[in-house]
Amino acid sequence: MLVHAAPYSQQGALSALRFANAVVERGHRLSTVFFYHDGVHNASALMSPPQDEVQLADGWKRLHREGGTQLLVCIAAGLRRGLVDTGEAARHGLNSHSVEPPFELTGVGQLVDAMLENDRLITFAP
Amino acid sequence: MNSTSGISPATTAIDAPQDLLIVLRHAPHGSSWLREGLDVALVAAAFGKRVGLLFQGDGVFALLQGQSSGPLAQKGTHPQLAMLEMYDIEHLWVSEAALAARGLPVDSLMLPVTSLEASRIARLMHSHPHTLIF
Repeated sequence: MLVHAAPYSQQGALSALRFANAVVERGHRLSTVFFYHDGVHNASALMSPPQDEVQLADGWKRLHREGGTQLLVCIAAGLRRGLVDTGEAARHGLNSHSVEPPFELTGVGQLVDAMLENDRLITFAP
Repeated sequence: MNSTSGISPATTAIDAPQDLLIVLRHAPHGSSWLREGLDVALVAAAFGKRVGLLFQGDGVFALLQGQSSGPLAQKGTHPQLAMLEMYDIEHLWVSEAALAARGLPVDSLMLPVTSLEASRIARLMHSHPHTLIF
């Protein structure tokens, strides 16, 4: 699954998570979610939505915990938008980080590999 | 109907599917869609995949000559397009209707492209199981 949509700004992110849950419930394997474009914001460990709203970050992490879905974030798109893990924060001299496991910063080559290795790729744009 | 500008007859082959088709629908400035789409194309090609590009809608503006970063202070995508040949990305298709709607003649573009009418675009997309749209 490829997610271009930012959380809470656009329906695409929530639709992607709902679709992901439905896919898993039907017994399919969802190997990878790749976050690109504004979708990288879904990987922010600092998201703090009101309690009575959908908890998108929890939803993504549950996919990983329960089904082993990889949560991959494009590093180039992420760095530009302030999505950095501890390693990248140190490398760029930043005093905080915003991405934590199970989200992984990775290259866009992983998207291409995932696309060619899996039966289906579904894209969620804004 | 199709017409090719420039000197690359290989770009006319729509029946030779590539590993990956990337559809570019946004103009070079104003959003990062085009740049991030081209990034995927270049990375895939660098990993040895055969990549084709289809320029549709405002994406055809990417092919205009003489672009620069300009007053919007975005880097622009001109340098990425100039690198396509180096990455062996030779299959460049463009929507004939998108060019016509914007008054752009196919021979005014910076790269040799094949312009396709709507029915051939449908065939092109049908023949590529792996498509990414930006």
